[in-house]
Amino acid sequence: MAAGDVNQKSMSIIVTKGTLDWAYPPFILATTAAAMGVNVSMFFTFYGLALLKKDLDLQISPLGKPDMVMPLAGMHMKMPNLVGVLPGVNAMATTMMKNLIAKKGVASIPQLREAAVESDIEMIACQMTLDLFEMKKEDMIDGIKLGGAATYMEKALSSDINLYI
Amino acid sequence: MADKVLDAKGLNCPLPILKAKKAILEVPKDGTLEVLSTDAGSVADFAAFCRTTGNTMLESTEAGGVYRFIIKHTA
Repeated sequence: MAAGDVNQKSMSIIVTKGTLDWAYPPFILATTAAAMGVNVSMFFTFYGLALLKKDLDLQISPLGKPDMVMPLAGMHMKMPNLVGVLPGVNAMATTMMKNLIAKKGVASIPQLREAAVESDIEMIACQMTLDLFEMKKEDMIDGIKLGGAATYMEKALSSDINLYI
Repeated sequence: MADKVLDAKGLNCPLPILKAKKAILEVPKDGTLEVLSTDAGSVADFAAFCRTTGNTMLESTEAGGVYRFIIKHTA
């Protein structure tokens, strides 16, 4: 389907989380939708804005996640909150997750983000969040736009699918 | 023989689809793309991909844990 086709379907995604695990759903859906001919816009707000940084330093935290079960040596491991608060646990969990991702042939977030850029997915950074957390547009990847709630609403009103992640 | 072969073995969702989308653009109209995958989810996913994009699934088979799709570039 050609871009700009009046019958082309469109999707918007609000991306609010910037941890390694939560970075997956928006980028997987956005890139897959684009591959299926859908016109995609992603609006990055609050912690989701971390996913637009040039230097991605995504982490995962097992704290307060009773649903996070990691395979380890043929078993499945859960991390008690009491252990999750210790220094270094996030770094360890992040390393474990990245190893699993590579081992299972799952795309990395930089890889999916690059695919998103290549497939002309519109990426909008929330101006208010930039101001709030004193972040600079120069620290973000090239090709993004800045906008606010009204910019998102205009997209959402004309989209077939609107997701909040 | 397909016009192009995409070996997506060992890759997980959504990489086989993303790579197939790129690969099919390199196949002439009405030509065929053969995709090899080890992702069990790719059976349902490639069928959905074809239905949604208007490309045609000619064959969907499995042998020894490898899924093989022949897709005709009709979109």
